Amino acid sequence: MTDVSTDPADKPGIRITDSTLRDGSHAMAHRFSEEQVRAVVHALDAAGVQVIEVTHGDGLGGSSFNYGFSLVDDIQLVKAAVEEAHQAKIAVLMLPGLGIVDDLRRAHGVGATVARIATHCTEADVSRQHFKAARELGMETVGFLMLSHRVGPEKLAEQARIMVDAGAQCVYVVDSAGALVLSDAQARVQALIDEIGTQAQVGFHGHQNLSMGVANSVLAYQAGARQVDGALLALGAGAGNSPTEVLAATFDRLGIPTGVDVQATLAAAEEVVKPIIPRLPHMDRSSIVQGYAGVYSSFLLHAERAAARYNVPAHEILQRVGEAGYVGGQEDMIIDIALQLAEERDLGDLAAVGVR
Amino acid sequence: MSTSKATAAIVGPGNIGTDLLAKLLRSEHVEVQYMIGVDPASDGLARARSMGVETSHEGVDWLLSRPTVPDLVFEATSAYAHQANAPRYAEAGMQAVDLTPAAIGPFVCPPVNLDFHLDAPNVNMITCGGQATIPIVSAVSSVVDVEYAEIVASISSRSAGPGTRANIDEFTVTTRRAIEAVGGATRGKAIIILNPVEPPMIMRDTVFCSIPADCDRDAVAAAIHDMVTRVQEYVPGYTLRAEPQFDDPREIWNGLARVAVFLEVLGRGDYLPPYAGNLDIITASSARVGELLAKARAERTAQSSGTTTSSTAGATA
Repeated sequence: MTDVSTDPADKPGIRITDSTLRDGSHAMAHRFSEEQVRAVVHALDAAGVQVIEVTHGDGLGGSSFNYGFSLVDDIQLVKAAVEEAHQAKIAVLMLPGLGIVDDLRRAHGVGATVARIATHCTEADVSRQHFKAARELGMETVGFLMLSHRVGPEKLAEQARIMVDAGAQCVYVVDSAGALVLSDAQARVQALIDEIGTQAQVGFHGHQNLSMGVANSVLAYQAGARQVDGALLALGAGAGNSPTEVLAATFDRLGIPTGVDVQATLAAAEEVVKPIIPRLPHMDRSSIVQGYAGVYSSFLLHAERAAARYNVPAHEILQRVGEAGYVGGQEDMIIDIALQLAEERDLGDLAAVGVR
Repeated sequence: MSTSKATAAIVGPGNIGTDLLAKLLRSEHVEVQYMIGVDPASDGLARARSMGVETSHEGVDWLLSRPTVPDLVFEATSAYAHQANAPRYAEAGMQAVDLTPAAIGPFVCPPVNLDFHLDAPNVNMITCGGQATIPIVSAVSSVVDVEYAEIVASISSRSAGPGTRANIDEFTVTTRRAIEAVGGATRGKAIIILNPVEPPMIMRDTVFCSIPADCDRDAVAAAIHDMVTRVQEYVPGYTLRAEPQFDDPREIWNGLARVAVFLEVLGRGDYLPPYAGNLDIITASSARVGELLAKARAERTAQSSGTTTSSTAGATA
């Protein structure tokens, strides 16, 4: 990796990984069909996107009661994506503790070539066996430090070091809650660069809960990040991801090569993704609370479902989740909190009518 | 009845072995004779000595060279070490309770299936998450068909040791197998989450079971409550956070309904802190297994010698 050049003519490029078919799976309640996956991969591949991530929102093995069952098995979707892509690499996500090495092997078996391995931002050491396996399979490796706002830059850099030593070729600062505001994001990327130097790349994965996804991605690039994530139409958890088409347009305006055709991504977003999604991700009360309280973006739809089931407000559930410090994967605790809120409400109702 | 106690050794003087020792020192049926390690400077060995237990840092060789080996041996080392030790214990006639993921002997969960394995030479304690959740899966599957069961174990980061972290797949795979083999679900799935929040979170476990669309939900709930009471006999801090939650059938659940059970496991704080309910439940379950194996041995001895009746041994229960 080279430093950012002062000559605008030869600025280093940035690689955009599109996660419409993985983070966007949260917004689709994990109900992508094979036909939809093929259409999106075809459009992204033609637009020049180099890496396309395809998996259940919670990664390989995510199909479950806790996170939602996939309409179509991950491996079948990955296989379809591989068949559809001519130049793009197909990436898969996995969360140790949920997915296992065998899942990675199966994904590799149908042609996935990038393994993205995600842990909570303080628990990088649970990923060692998966990085080792991915490298042995010959896959490109990316480490994901989720909910990166929960620790400071130095601690985050120590965790990135663990992943690099385990075999990660890039480590992402993952703003799972969309809680990092500008310099918060940049300082973390900078700390990772300072720690791992040229041994691995650094990436940034943004969410829009406080509308910072694209701006944070630019600041990440300026600090030295060379990979960023996006999703068409921001399709992703919470208020969605940095929109791929906006990243492509913004980096293009800055003269930073992405290899992605801006017009083609705009067409992909408008003509391919828009017709298939039930709702556009947006910054509503609940998703803003997620950014504000630092709550894992994927909890949004789960909180809305629990809110409807137990007749308590979703934003209150999310606020409590933030206060409790729950991490990615603890979707079951959303039901637990909804039950608590319902109990408090019922007790409050009793108190209101004079019952002590 | 101290003369009728089964004798035992604990191999592995780490956190788990030390907590197990504290529990077994309260037992009326098991007497820990030896704590075995490999490091002369081990804190765990020093602690065991201070509790009046004979110790050695010369490993399993020392244990096997005793004039009389104990009846029971608890392995709290690693799967690798247990692979090597298990045949030697068996040859020496010691019944092994394996707390590692080696899984040489059958999986046991005390209130579910230990009755079938009382004379097995080697039994395996599955995982912490397995001991916390499989009783519930079993309770549900004792009433209705459980086509699929899924468990989520959340533990504090502080309570996850280097062994767990280095091979977290072992947890998910072993627990899944035991959900099926012991819990009675046709298909199982296990998820483990490490949470670093301070102060540390108390172990939480959630059990989801698919259940038939129209089944007797009251009977399912009653079986769950009954099982919680049975686990509380040896893990007092094992509690339901809420009543079992029943959800109506959904198409995406293959037309099945679901019961969700929310558990908290607060440890006794014997040696490990109370939040580490995950560690407490595996040592408490192991101590329970030790006691039940000891009682079964006493009954067998009584029957074969004919000097006492099995009802006498039973009276000490």
